[in-house]
Amino acid sequence: MNYLATERLASKLFQRVNVWKLMIWCASALVALMLMLPVVYLFVRASETGDAIWDILFSLRTARVLLRTVYLATSVTLGSALLAVPIAWLTVRSDLPMRRLWTILTTLPLVVPSYVGAYLFISVLGPRGILQQWLEPLGVQTLPKLYGFPGAFVVLTLLSYPYILTTTRAALMRMNPALEEASRNLGNGPWSTFWRVTLPQLRPGLAAGGLLVALYVLRDFGAVSFMRYSTFTRVIYIQYQSSFDRTGAAVLALVLILLTLFVLLIEIRTRGRAKYYGGHVGAVGNPMEIQLGHWRWPSLLFCAIVVILALVLPASILVYWFLRGISVTMTFPSLWLSAWNSVVASGLASGLVLMAAVPVAWLSVRQKGRFAMLLERISYSAFALPGIVVALALVFFGANYANPIYQTVYLLLFGYLIMFLPQAVGALRTSFLQISPSIEQAARTLGKNPLNVFRTITVPVSWPGIAAGFALVFLTVMKELPITLILGPLGFSTLATSVWSAVEEAMFGAAAAPALLLILLSSVPMALFALREEV
Amino acid sequence: MSEIAVRCEGLMKSFAEAGALNGLSLDVVKGEILALIGPSGCGKTTLLRQITGVSKPDAGSIEVGGRVMVSPEKFVPPEFRRVGMVFQNYALFPHLNVAANIAYGLHGADRGDQVSAMLQLVGLSGYADRMPNELSGGEQQRVALARAMGPRPDVLLLDEPFSNLDSGQRVHVRNEVRAILRMSGATAIFVTHHQEEALFMGDRIAVQHQGSIQQVGNPGDVFGNPATRFVATFMGETDFLPGEVTTEGVQTEIGLLQSTHPVKVGDQVEVAVRADDVRIAPDPTSGAIVLTREYRGMVNVYRVRLPSGRFIHSLQRHTVRIAPATPVRVLMDPGHELACFINSN
Repeated sequence: MNYLATERLASKLFQRVNVWKLMIWCASALVALMLMLPVVYLFVRASETGDAIWDILFSLRTARVLLRTVYLATSVTLGSALLAVPIAWLTVRSDLPMRRLWTILTTLPLVVPSYVGAYLFISVLGPRGILQQWLEPLGVQTLPKLYGFPGAFVVLTLLSYPYILTTTRAALMRMNPALEEASRNLGNGPWSTFWRVTLPQLRPGLAAGGLLVALYVLRDFGAVSFMRYSTFTRVIYIQYQSSFDRTGAAVLALVLILLTLFVLLIEIRTRGRAKYYGGHVGAVGNPMEIQLGHWRWPSLLFCAIVVILALVLPASILVYWFLRGISVTMTFPSLWLSAWNSVVASGLASGLVLMAAVPVAWLSVRQKGRFAMLLERISYSAFALPGIVVALALVFFGANYANPIYQTVYLLLFGYLIMFLPQAVGALRTSFLQISPSIEQAARTLGKNPLNVFRTITVPVSWPGIAAGFALVFLTVMKELPITLILGPLGFSTLATSVWSAVEEAMFGAAAAPALLLILLSSVPMALFALREEV
Repeated sequence: MSEIAVRCEGLMKSFAEAGALNGLSLDVVKGEILALIGPSGCGKTTLLRQITGVSKPDAGSIEVGGRVMVSPEKFVPPEFRRVGMVFQNYALFPHLNVAANIAYGLHGADRGDQVSAMLQLVGLSGYADRMPNELSGGEQQRVALARAMGPRPDVLLLDEPFSNLDSGQRVHVRNEVRAILRMSGATAIFVTHHQEEALFMGDRIAVQHQGSIQQVGNPGDVFGNPATRFVATFMGETDFLPGEVTTEGVQTEIGLLQSTHPVKVGDQVEVAVRADDVRIAPDPTSGAIVLTREYRGMVNVYRVRLPSGRFIHSLQRHTVRIAPATPVRVLMDPGHELACFINSN
């Protein structure tokens, strides 16, 4: 047997450098470089303009866009908190009837892509929308203006408040009930206890959720485009489409990246602190259930209104348009083709993203040190990249340096890879973290090399996490709009782009079928996720 | 001369915090169970990691079964070392059943037979199809043992293997594990921070402190004749009484004591006194006084203040009852010589 020979070879290799680790490091470094490509390229592109860059940066127009974007993000975040905190408290701590049902129903708006939400609102409340058609016989000629800030604010708030709801609920459940009990024993009523003890404890969770909402708004492209509210993403897209000189778009994209990066940095800092607040010592009893008394009906009404506005109404309108669309004109073959394209592109992208995420996630879990941390930071900070920015950067890059893959599915997949890698790394990290390092070490001492250990132990043990990560990436890729729109090959239509082009042409009926299919395909797994988290 | 199974020489491994190795050397004889004991942070686990090969020492060499594993020119990765390991948390593969866990490290067509033989050895013959999460702590322990012993390693390392068991199971399981190791004739390094466990498990005991081995010897030697002040403290509840060496013995405030250690007349020394060597009896004329009494079930431990203000502890059967504040005479009745160390103060 050549056991000894292999051993000699292995020990020779290891004597200088650990080959396995080197392989993983190289793979991770490559992934990190890919992630930084858009930002670097935009920098190069923007700096080519020379002095004009400052004219664009400090123009009144840029300032207005910046102001609008920040204003929208702040308003939506505050609005979301006002919806989410009461619901979180009611569903976790009070004796609200049917709490489990409310929990699921209030989380579900997450499955609605912002452009679908915006389209449904416009189709009802917009000029010549359903509502106006109904009211016209009654003499109502114009409705209050929907386009612009009001529309964007309402749609984004109703769709993104679940982020705050989830983090606040988690914080409430994690909270040490003894604190509230102590406050009650010290003579504070439930109301005063909420303000003086509960709310301060919730601050980290609330901040984390709020920053997620802010990021959502900053990166949103669909809703602001349909609502014609010129925040960065919309302006960048318009500039990209209309002008020959696209450097203006590049400069704006860089400003947007700085803005999202800023929010992300605050988010990272609060996350660290939230962990600190979360811990508590000793046995945890069951928290007191607060009796709502005659607040019960107003509380139920509040939850019901939110669910009606954010879920029931959009769903009914969608079904209405769908049924109307069927009876008028409907090209099902193209619908099936779009659905097929969506599924194939998402499937390929998720597989690719997950494979690229493996070395990065593994290193960040198993290795300490500055370089591993840097890698994780880079992969996480890619969260700050709005889809429109990735798309724009890759269009420049593809047209100039990668012509063979420009306007092909490969460039589209590359875009998805950059965009969704952080998500995949996050999912894998969580499941790798649950594997005790001693399990991998045990396998090594039983005579398996690292690659073998990874194949026979790490992957099978973390399989549920890997599968969940795949599903998560798959669903988000399917709903993605700007990258698909800009990087997709000519004539390549997915469910998302079908909705986009139909709404662009105000064909609300034609948009319904792909939108409904999109939501159905993604809502079922989402509901399962929510249920599993409940346990 | 007995054969050496593991030889570590001059191992260095630096860490910012605890757990470093500081020129550690240790030999393990083939077929013996060596109990490695030391306080947490002394580098016990670090040492095991160097022997298994999941970590690489900064300097020093390791030989296992006569083969060089680590030297300045060589580093053998874990999968080629033939070193078995039983982890503190057992580290059973959660996605594999008991049989598959044990078969993981085995090769060849007779794997099935080997698995059954191992299962029989650890007394789990009917458990082949169970999943790890369906086993009790003690059963998981035995599967981990069977898995590690399956490939017939040159040495088996056990890292605090009983620390996850409750005290009732502990005694039972450690008896079993010792019997299994004996039966198979395996060479083992057994890591613990429990004195009692080390004394029970080890053919020899090695005491580790601050990254190096302080003393190696059979249990009686290490307990009764500690080489350093640290070993004396760590292996039993020990008080140190200052005294001066005279021709008849060491003169201390409770009388003349006999010492094993080579000292010169006139040396200032400290004698290590264990609570079970100290007798007390009520005596109204004595300047020593009982401060507290600590119940420990079968025995009581009395804390006594000597006239000098120094404290000494005395272990008495539970039937002996002396109330706190009683003046007592303190007598040494060791029936053996005591360890003493040059007083550095």
